[in-house]
Amino acid sequence: MDKIIVTALGFIGIIFTVWFFLMKKEKQVTVVDEVDITVNGGYSPEVISIPVGKITKINFLRTDPTDCLGEIVLGDFKIKKELPLNQKVTVEIKPEKAGEYVYSCGMNMYHGKIIVK
Amino acid sequence: MNTQTKTFPIQGMHCASCVRLIEKAVGKLDGVSACNVNLATNKASVSFDPQKVSDQKITLAVESVGYKIASGDQDKPKELDQLRKKVFVSLFLGSLIVVGGFLGMPFWMQLILATPVQFWAGWGFYQATIPALRHRTANMDTLVAIGTSVAFGYSAFVAIFPQVVKSIGIKPEPYFDVSTIIIGLILLGRFLEARAKAGTSEAIKKLIGMQAKTARVLRKAQDKWVEEDIPISDVVVGDVIRVRPGEKIPVDGVILEGESSIDESMVTGESMPVDKTKGDSVVGATINKTGTFTFKASKVGKDTLLSQIIKLVEEAQGSKAPIQRLADLISSYFVPVVIILAILTFVVWFVFGPSPAFLFAMLNSIAVLIIACPCAMGLATPTAIMVGTGIGAEHGILIKDAKSLETAHKIKTIIFDKTGTLTEGKPVVTDVKGDVLQLAASLEKGSEHSLAEAIIAKAEQEGLALSVVEGFKAIPGHGVEGVIDKKKVVLGNRKLMKKENISVDESQVEKLEEQGKTVMMLGVNGKLAGLIAVADTIKTSAKDAVKKLQDMGIEVVMITGDNQRTAEAIAGQAGIKKVYAEVLPQEKEEIVRKLQRSLPAGRQVAFVGDGINDAPALAQADVGIAMGSGTDVAIEAGDITLINSDLRSVAAAIDLSKKTMRTIKLNLFWAFGYNIILIPVAMGVLYPFWGILLNPIFASAAMALSSISVVSNSLLLKRYKI
Repeated sequence: MDKIIVTALGFIGIIFTVWFFLMKKEKQVTVVDEVDITVNGGYSPEVISIPVGKITKINFLRTDPTDCLGEIVLGDFKIKKELPLNQKVTVEIKPEKAGEYVYSCGMNMYHGKIIVK
Repeated sequence: MNTQTKTFPIQGMHCASCVRLIEKAVGKLDGVSACNVNLATNKASVSFDPQKVSDQKITLAVESVGYKIASGDQDKPKELDQLRKKVFVSLFLGSLIVVGGFLGMPFWMQLILATPVQFWAGWGFYQATIPALRHRTANMDTLVAIGTSVAFGYSAFVAIFPQVVKSIGIKPEPYFDVSTIIIGLILLGRFLEARAKAGTSEAIKKLIGMQAKTARVLRKAQDKWVEEDIPISDVVVGDVIRVRPGEKIPVDGVILEGESSIDESMVTGESMPVDKTKGDSVVGATINKTGTFTFKASKVGKDTLLSQIIKLVEEAQGSKAPIQRLADLISSYFVPVVIILAILTFVVWFVFGPSPAFLFAMLNSIAVLIIACPCAMGLATPTAIMVGTGIGAEHGILIKDAKSLETAHKIKTIIFDKTGTLTEGKPVVTDVKGDVLQLAASLEKGSEHSLAEAIIAKAEQEGLALSVVEGFKAIPGHGVEGVIDKKKVVLGNRKLMKKENISVDESQVEKLEEQGKTVMMLGVNGKLAGLIAVADTIKTSAKDAVKKLQDMGIEVVMITGDNQRTAEAIAGQAGIKKVYAEVLPQEKEEIVRKLQRSLPAGRQVAFVGDGINDAPALAQADVGIAMGSGTDVAIEAGDITLINSDLRSVAAAIDLSKKTMRTIKLNLFWAFGYNIILIPVAMGVLYPFWGILLNPIFASAAMALSSISVVSNSLLLKRYKI
């Protein structure tokens, strides 16, 4: 009996893990000129939409002491910056092409997305 | 007045005058009552009224004199120190528990020893996990937090309710050793990794540190020239600056007076000092060796060569290599997949495993969570790119982005532009046949062609007075024409002569061309008046560079606007067998395209040019390599820019790319291989065959080692000699 319960709980656990981590809906925030992104256990807002061919300012504010989040890498825009704790760090980007650009922490564990339209 | 005293860590100080500069700059702020700067500790102690002065104002004042408040980095040593303490405490308490376990230490005592490790030393794992879960995301900390919490939670239950555990048929035995040693070892891995990672960004710190802090500027005050030491940030274009022996040249400029020998190795990578005199350009951050001179600042602030190099290297280090894509894709699914595997492991061991099934299931699923190391995959490419681009910059090889660095190792054909790249680009007149020099020089006065300079120089040398030219016209790829003393004068190559219906004595021309000279013909009123031969010397490094490239299995091609015979003679001197001659500037791009089409997929074509005249060909090539020396270089023009004129740097750049790619591939192989092999081992796949299981403590040791090994392997690149 206990084996059946553990198997059932395991199955539920797997379904929950898939749903929780891999099936989340990304809320998209449309940005005009400037956006503040809080870095705390990830990036809030996680997905931003910005216009093509225009300069957009992204202000990162890291409030999470996790070392992993101490660096931000926007590889497609050749930007890598240290994010000191509780200090606003601004990056400016001017995307020339529409598309989706993923950015991450220095170790590529936390991800955010920039959608250029 | 409400006064507060605060300490600011300062970056970039190196002498007592730095101390004075900062004290003066901060001290004059309204609201600052005292500022004491300590050179030994690199700190400034500032007493100020927070109502009047903010931290930001103080930071700006420090920055205005060329220094930095080490804002983000100031916490780094503190963090490392704290980490070291945590490592020591957790491993010490963990060892006590391990030894105590053998000696029969009571469970409650083990619980007391393990609790601070779990919730003090290991607090960071929870701190990272909780907000991450709020974002429905997970990372390595999540895995460690879950793994150690399960071990600690079960052990605490055993310690508090041993009878309950016994009643369900399991021997009451806590696993505090697992939870504590795992935390200790993973923190130890992080500590070592953080220290090693700092080494990967050394190059950029070195470049920033090269900048001079002050400049001795000559300024006019009451009709007198006075020398004044000012912060480098206050230097403006046009300032006249004096540099004495042993001093750093503060900004880029042109020498007005004096001469000296200058060590430019820090910027160009060339080890020999360069002699400079009036009219020569000097580069900021290079060192004046012998003489005293004054120069006029031409580029300051972010426009100096050094600032541009720093910007380029920073950008390259922030860029992503295409090879990283697979690692990116995998790491976005990695942690959830590992959690799923851990659940599966638990279920399979619980259902099919030997007795005590619960303990086997628990320990094996903890091992799966702990051994998985996504960090090694994340670090594999960027750390190698950082070290590779850094080494390049130290030797005058600037790589624009990670993609260029990756592409360069696949180069199979390399095209050299002749003038200014393979040759010095300073042609001199060698032969004049007929009385044509005065006419030619008069005509060329209006031209910007490099050959024109040679003819004018020769005329000046012979003291010839130049005539007035009317109706001057440059015909690209042909030559020039104009009217002098009512006579139509044309000067150019065969094509121009043919166009003008002027017959040429071919035997004389061919003889000169076979010597590698460029021959220009001068026609007056439709008749040939004479010839001028100009020769450009081949760079001393050309032959060696070409041989090195050929030894690497790369086909070397030369491209030039010169006629076939001259081109072949120059190519022969350099050891180049394939030549494209008589190519018009706009046709160079087409030849690059043609060569690209002729090569099988994956084999790349590089173009080496001066970056000014060859922009379309550089852009069309898979890797555009721009060459120049010092301030003359068009730094943004190529995928790779060589700031020295040594052609061997081309082979060095390709070799650096090969070495970096080898490091990246080894890192990725190790990072992927590690996870692919050890996760199944931790799941217990070897148990049915050989009875092998992975203790979670060994899993944590392997995990800690995997990241360190990747970073250390990248650091090994530093040993590469260019």
